[in-house]
Amino acid sequence: MSVTYTRDGFVRGFRAAFPLGFGMIPFGLVAGLLAARQNLSLLEALLMSGLVYGGASQVVALETWRADAPVLGAATATFIVNLRFALIGPVLASWLNGTPRRWRWFSIITLVDHVMALSVTQMRQGRNDAAYIPGVTLALLFWWQVSTAAGFVLAGILALPRGHPLFFAAPAVFVALLVPLWRGPRQDAVPWLGAASVALLTAQLLPGAWHIAAGGIAGAALGALSDRTQPA
Amino acid sequence: MPGGVTLWGLDWPTLAAIGAMVAVTWGLRAFGYLVLARLPPTPFMRAFLAHLPGCLFAAFLAPVLAAGGWPTLAGAVAVGVVMASWRSLPGAMAAGVGVVWLLQAALARAAMP
Repeated sequence: MSVTYTRDGFVRGFRAAFPLGFGMIPFGLVAGLLAARQNLSLLEALLMSGLVYGGASQVVALETWRADAPVLGAATATFIVNLRFALIGPVLASWLNGTPRRWRWFSIITLVDHVMALSVTQMRQGRNDAAYIPGVTLALLFWWQVSTAAGFVLAGILALPRGHPLFFAAPAVFVALLVPLWRGPRQDAVPWLGAASVALLTAQLLPGAWHIAAGGIAGAALGALSDRTQPA
Repeated sequence: MPGGVTLWGLDWPTLAAIGAMVAVTWGLRAFGYLVLARLPPTPFMRAFLAHLPGCLFAAFLAPVLAAGGWPTLAGAVAVGVVMASWRSLPGAMAAGVGVVWLLQAALARAAMP
């Protein structure tokens, strides 16, 4: 498999990811609203969204923000919620290796779930253009910054209650991303149900976002074991 | 600004916290590429990585959907059906949000005396 890095790939990634912005808007609004509520400035909110670029971790960190001493709490929450980012590198390693050196670290430090899901779908279609990654990233970063700023600016005006249906857009993205990843019941039913069960159990036992890493690892291990016992 | 928010201020404790979040997040992303990706690619490891994306999303979704009740579950089904039929992400998300919105409104109306 040879990996390329072309303008075409970049454009395809950008086009594929741009509509995802629809799903990030409610999430970004929440990040912006929380930042305003915790007395961050707009500049600080945009710095956080642009550099951390991990929505779930930003929301958790801001919900548990301590204005007098925010460093340790924010770092811990971020570590737990973003642990899963360490698992993306191995999945996309062949593309990252095929990325020119001067662009490679940009792709690495901006890895997020959507990049992984969209790229894996490309890989399975036999398309191997690593410029797809920064294409996706720039489209998502654009929406992420715009929606963070919008949430911040609207903080005094807009007051969406916690259970507002618009917030369903965030989980809906992940449901939609699961559809092209489904390879059939024989391969995916057991690992996905295993991941969901372990996640539900872990979420009962531990606060924060440990359930994502625990469920993901348990499900993938289950899948790898069952692949071995029933050869394709 | 209304609500007493500030636009361009920077203060050190906040910047330090954002810096710590950035360091942790970039560190985790780099660790995955520099360390985890160099582990020898056994057949088990390859199968594990192939299963990982779907499993991470399933793990993320399970507690969210469980906590959301029937409207959320119905919304998730709507997203899945539209996505599987038309492969349209915006369409799938609009359908999901719409279903959740309608069902929540219907439930709220039914709960009224």
